[in-house]
Amino acid sequence: MCTVCGCGGHSVEDQFKAHLEKTGQAKAAAPLAVLAGAQAHPHGHTHGPACSHEPQDFHIGQGPAGTEVAGMSQARLIEIETDILSKNNDFARANRAALAARGVFATNLVSSPGSGKTTLLCRTIEMLGAQPLGVIEGDQQTTNDADRIRATGAAAIQVNTGKGCHLDGRMVAMALERLPLDPGALLFIENVGNLVCPAAFDLGEDAKVAILSVTEGEDKPLKYPDMFAAAGLAILNKTDLAPHCDVDLGLYEANIRRVNPGIEVLRVSARTGEGMGAWIDWLKRGLAAKAL
Amino acid sequence: MHEMSIAEGIRSVIEDAARAQGFARVTRVRLEIGRFAGVEPQALDFAFDVVMRGSVAEGADLQIIDLPGRAMCFDCAELVEIEHRLDPCPKCGGSRLLPQGGDEMRIKDLEVL
Repeated sequence: MCTVCGCGGHSVEDQFKAHLEKTGQAKAAAPLAVLAGAQAHPHGHTHGPACSHEPQDFHIGQGPAGTEVAGMSQARLIEIETDILSKNNDFARANRAALAARGVFATNLVSSPGSGKTTLLCRTIEMLGAQPLGVIEGDQQTTNDADRIRATGAAAIQVNTGKGCHLDGRMVAMALERLPLDPGALLFIENVGNLVCPAAFDLGEDAKVAILSVTEGEDKPLKYPDMFAAAGLAILNKTDLAPHCDVDLGLYEANIRRVNPGIEVLRVSARTGEGMGAWIDWLKRGLAAKAL
Repeated sequence: MHEMSIAEGIRSVIEDAARAQGFARVTRVRLEIGRFAGVEPQALDFAFDVVMRGSVAEGADLQIIDLPGRAMCFDCAELVEIEHRLDPCPKCGGSRLLPQGGDEMRIKDLEVL
């Protein structure tokens, strides 16, 4: 319909014909050129006696793209409208479906290097006892972390990303092919220590868990907001060190919630075991929600 | 830092489109990037030039369309537009804002030969 007075149909041509008839300007020259503010492009067909077009008429949006953009040649504009990370998201979707089919609850553990992810995991595995689980370890180099996990008796696959700064959906798909996971297992994916890039790459996990140790500074969630915004749970780790570091645990939590008002926050010390019970309960609730 | 991976994602989408639609060269790529997507346009521009070498989009012009950041304010329950993730609510001044979009990373269209 005409955006000037509301008359007419949906195409530009209908709108203007109706509008011009209504306003008595049907003989006005090339009114569409005024609307489009553009030069007429070649018509693409010849005008014989049977053609009803006026020679000055032209038609917008009939090229392959169905639209026109100033400065772009009509015949060569191809609409893509595809997510840049669509390949990654396809892998993540397949991972998520495969894990759901086995009733597995998967967490993607993200943090800076040195926040205590691997120590937290080793302690978690000890406390979980006979619970079936598997671990995917992401690092740029070495199998140190997978070796530490395997020392607890748990199955672990190390993914070395080389120069890469994050795990992606395909790496996790490859790791899952090699990792034996019982139905109803917990899967821990320990991402590369990096608070920036892993936020953007879905791996097919149920939740991202951001781990922040008390020595890193209360303003870290404000400095690296993307990761805390993407996480469902934040673990404030190494709380046993808090009295020695003059830190304000309340301010840590307030800053995390400022970036993500809906996030859950747990205060944990993997070393002393403080708060570990709440973390184990959180995992068991997640697993129960995935039960087949 | 992951602009390189993003550029590789763009290359793979373009190569799929080139096979499907049969074009040999891309002269312009338009992206829509949300304000909260965590993408640095300058870094992406650089990565794009490097990653597209040897592809149908080598030397193509990259245009980035900036999409606004929107967030739900937990204090006044309004959907507001904000510039940065940590900006206060422009309506009530509240600081508890949950992003509701603005993390888009899309290839909008291509100009091809």
